Amino acid sequence: MTTPGMVLHFSVEGGDFAAAGEAASKIKKALRKIGIDAGVIRRVAIAAYEAEMNIVLHARRGRMTLEVAEDKLRVIAEDEGPGIADVDQAMQEGFSTASDLAREMGFGAGMGLPNMKKCSDTITIETVKDRGTKVIMDFNHR
Amino acid sequence: MNLKEVLEKTEARMITGESETDRECRGFYVSDLLSDVMGNAGEGEVWLTIQTHSNVVAVALLLNLAAVLFTAGAEPDATTIEKARAEGVVLLATALPTFEAAGRLYRALMEEK
Repeated sequence: MTTPGMVLHFSVEGGDFAAAGEAASKIKKALRKIGIDAGVIRRVAIAAYEAEMNIVLHARRGRMTLEVAEDKLRVIAEDEGPGIADVDQAMQEGFSTASDLAREMGFGAGMGLPNMKKCSDTITIETVKDRGTKVIMDFNHR
Repeated sequence: MNLKEVLEKTEARMITGESETDRECRGFYVSDLLSDVMGNAGEGEVWLTIQTHSNVVAVALLLNLAAVLFTAGAEPDATTIEKARAEGVVLLATALPTFEAAGRLYRALMEEK
């Protein structure tokens, strides 16, 4: 990836359902403003939303970053949280560790990470138990 | 089909977006799982759900949905309505059960073709 021309950060609070989705929404608006293709924006918006929701659902707090380079967009979601015990298992559709309350709200379908994988061109997950998780997603846009 | 017809077919009322009755809807998606909607609903569609919390607005906004139709008498709280107004998301509500509402819309859509 070439040096990013624009970098935006958004903080995300764990458990803050009311504000959940705002970071993804701001990312979407920023991309629209600079004229990124609508199909690419859709993919980024979905992946960013899911990453943001994972912080809200599972972590204490976290940060979302959007990097815009000439050929690529990168979304980084890093959090202070429990980490992912088994990444392969977490990538399986239907697997979830979300709370009962979250499930009643329609979260915890076990589709977040699979959606992120589907929407991004590459996804890298770094996680340390009881410390946190960092998800890096790249999107080609040229 | 536009939102006016959606309102008629499902005996629904508009909670927000009163000026958007002409808005065209490209299809419908029925689900109460947010990630399912995120992954599968298309732009310009109307989403039928019984989930009423404010994150529904975030999903509708990110996907550029035509509207959210709350079914089975589900009523959004004040926070959801406020957020929808601020973001220009159209909210509709019907007392019809989800199956009945979806069935009527499906039939109308087939007759249109």
